[in-house]
Amino acid sequence: MGPHTSHRRSDNRQARQAGAVVPATRVWAYAALVFMLFTVAAPLGLAWGQEAPAGPATEYRDILPGVVGSRNLIWIIAQQHLLLAGFVLGVPIFAWVCEIVGVRTGDPRYDTLAKEFTKLLTSAYATTALFGGILLFLLIGLYPKLMSYLTDVFFPSFLVYCVLFLLETVTLYLYWYGWDSMQGATKGFHLFLGFLLNVFAFFIMIVPNSWATFQASPVVITEGSMWARAWAATWNPTWWPVNVHRLIANVVLGGFICGAYAGLKYLMAQSKEERVHYDWMGYVGNFIGVFGMLPLPFAGYWLMREVYQYNQQMGITLMGGFLSWLFILQAMLIGILFLGANYYFWLGIMYRIPGSEAKYRKPILAMLVILLICLGVWMTPHSLVASLEEARKMGGTHHPMLGVLGVMSAKMTVVNVMILVTFMSFVMYWRAGKQETATWAKAAKVGQGLILGIATVVILVLGVWGYFVPAITRINYFSTTQVLVMLFVLLTITPLTALVLKSAKTTTEMVWGIMPPRAAYALVLNAVMVILLMTLMGYARSSSRVHWHVYGVMQDTSPYAYSPALGYAAAFMSLNTFLFCLMVAFIFWVASLGGEKKGGAPGKARVKEAVRPAVAGAR
Amino acid sequence: MTLAMKGAVLLVAVFLIVKFGLPLITAPLPMSLIWLYLFLTTVGIVVYGTLSAESTEALLGPIFRFLGGEGLNGSAKLARLAVLVLVPLLVGWQTYSELVPSSQPPAENRTIHPAPPGEFVGLANPVPNTPENVMMGKGLFSAFCSPCHGAKFNGNGPASDGFNPPPANFVDPGTIAQLQESYLFWRIKKGGVGLNVEGHPWKSAMPRWEVELPDEWIWKIIMAEYAGSGQKPRTWE
Repeated sequence: MGPHTSHRRSDNRQARQAGAVVPATRVWAYAALVFMLFTVAAPLGLAWGQEAPAGPATEYRDILPGVVGSRNLIWIIAQQHLLLAGFVLGVPIFAWVCEIVGVRTGDPRYDTLAKEFTKLLTSAYATTALFGGILLFLLIGLYPKLMSYLTDVFFPSFLVYCVLFLLETVTLYLYWYGWDSMQGATKGFHLFLGFLLNVFAFFIMIVPNSWATFQASPVVITEGSMWARAWAATWNPTWWPVNVHRLIANVVLGGFICGAYAGLKYLMAQSKEERVHYDWMGYVGNFIGVFGMLPLPFAGYWLMREVYQYNQQMGITLMGGFLSWLFILQAMLIGILFLGANYYFWLGIMYRIPGSEAKYRKPILAMLVILLICLGVWMTPHSLVASLEEARKMGGTHHPMLGVLGVMSAKMTVVNVMILVTFMSFVMYWRAGKQETATWAKAAKVGQGLILGIATVVILVLGVWGYFVPAITRINYFSTTQVLVMLFVLLTITPLTALVLKSAKTTTEMVWGIMPPRAAYALVLNAVMVILLMTLMGYARSSSRVHWHVYGVMQDTSPYAYSPALGYAAAFMSLNTFLFCLMVAFIFWVASLGGEKKGGAPGKARVKEAVRPAVAGAR
Repeated sequence: MTLAMKGAVLLVAVFLIVKFGLPLITAPLPMSLIWLYLFLTTVGIVVYGTLSAESTEALLGPIFRFLGGEGLNGSAKLARLAVLVLVPLLVGWQTYSELVPSSQPPAENRTIHPAPPGEFVGLANPVPNTPENVMMGKGLFSAFCSPCHGAKFNGNGPASDGFNPPPANFVDPGTIAQLQESYLFWRIKKGGVGLNVEGHPWKSAMPRWEVELPDEWIWKIIMAEYAGSGQKPRTWE
């Protein structure tokens, strides 16, 4: 116990020194001391109950077994690190796109928005790195056998990762601190820095992705140089599907977190300007989130296909085996996300465009009904949860009529239709309050209607036909055709609408800042759903390895080599979501402190304007 | 009719259709699914009803006023009192009925298609798919499998009534059409007792045919099952 005691003494000494230097913040110092004791000293002092056995190398260590346990601790820290990483990789994309839009349109609001979010990056970046460090130390300490093996395989990419971090840090500092000075003539260089920031961020994402995907679909070669072995392990079957899936998901996360931030600020806004600004920001966040969400299901589909092709056993465990219930939960969460995003668009039409209710209520009702039917199909499992009596009446856990809704042909079809509906919600919002003046506008509208109608019919026909062809035909041809048809709609209707609206005249000006509070709650809901989804599917990806650290190569021989019950796992997902939300709120709060100081406490001045917060607004 | 009334009518209508209407043409739905559809309907009503300030008032106003007792008198006052008393009682009764010990086994989320053991993954059928082999497979199927799985491959054999869960219906596109031949080989060869841990609870009366049939016969039976049910095995190329 000697070394542990010295750790504690060292901690106490540091805490005493902190208290002596800043007496005014003694309370905080004591709080920090308690926190440090809890997080560092307690596990060290209490949990190191299992002394490393003499002789062979230690394979595992544990922390507070029966209370926390090494696996649970890694689960929480890894998930927090991953969510933060998603945030710090998604936000630069979001900020950079906003900055480009600002330059292209000349609208200064986009530049302000981009800057506001880049400000968050500095603190979020440090927190992400902090959790990465904690994760690394815990992994080395708790899973030395695995880490030794991974280090042996991936050491070259560890070096690459370090270099990328240096480049990313330098670029981020230049991008953020140079924002104001690089305006006007040097704005182009600033945009280039933003581009570089995203390039480095992308590589920072895909390098550790190779480590995680290697664990699920390892490619091990015993010959060749250190670099050759690392490269073979990196380019494993699920690496690129995960890279693409995570890249898109990060954009979605960035967009919806921006929306949630705007939503909360909107609820707290005490001046009209603030309400207008945060209402607009919420719209932009939701738009980018939705934009990213449209291709996301197909990236996930590709990933699952690669998993099946790599190892059918793993694929069946995920999609047909004990993890298949996670996909029903996923359907529920994505469904709520689709509903939330559409609801926000619809509220935007109703509130921001005065007098539009009579015109748009019926189309909205139609879209809502289609969305709910699709969602009902998506959420209907193949094997139903039924009591013994109910199962007897059904003749098993498959319902003779609704059982057909449980297979992929039905799921793929409704996902495509839901995406189309969401896209049309956006187009409707885009067109609302404008009157086309082009002579060919009517023909364009008819053309758009035809494209949409034919595409929907094709998607539905292929969906039904999919039941009558071999699975491989459905997967390789029908499903891909459905996606291509859906993309065709997006890629034809978008430019057509843009062209028609170019010469359109505005009949009703959009009014910002009068959205009801529930619109802000919808934005917060969307962000929470995305975070929950990431914790859910992260668990699915990770637990599909079942009792393997590296699938088929290195078995998990720890006491935790079992899959937890779904309820237990769901509780951890909720906990992780809650912790991440707390952390994001903290980052936002910290970032806002600097702003208030510089601005000479504008909060108080705003209160004097006595404009009521949006929470108190009308229904 | 107010929006709130319309919403209530819709909710009741959906409940009646899924609970009592559908069983007129097919098997009854389990409550888990009925709750799901009612939840979606409620979400739809709330979303549609709260799209504008006016509709929000039309949907929620009467509910809030009723619950608050604002301007109520006579029978309406009594109705409010009844709701305020009955709803907590209903919740209490529901909680009690969920928790009280019962002779009914709990609802289960059985894993129908557990992942096969590694040695059964990706095996190719070694028997050539010729009409003779398929014919022989059908003969073997008729002798060993059809009493449960049915002569028409639809899970409706004469002995099928004795099993819960019932024998698999191969004509259903959600069964063997989703699986590779190697998966069927595993299930036939090892039977219900050969299900792995992931396949809990082991509710399968499938015999362990490896003790009676040679592998070649099992492969022929698999070919016959696909040919007879009009399905194709799942492949990756």
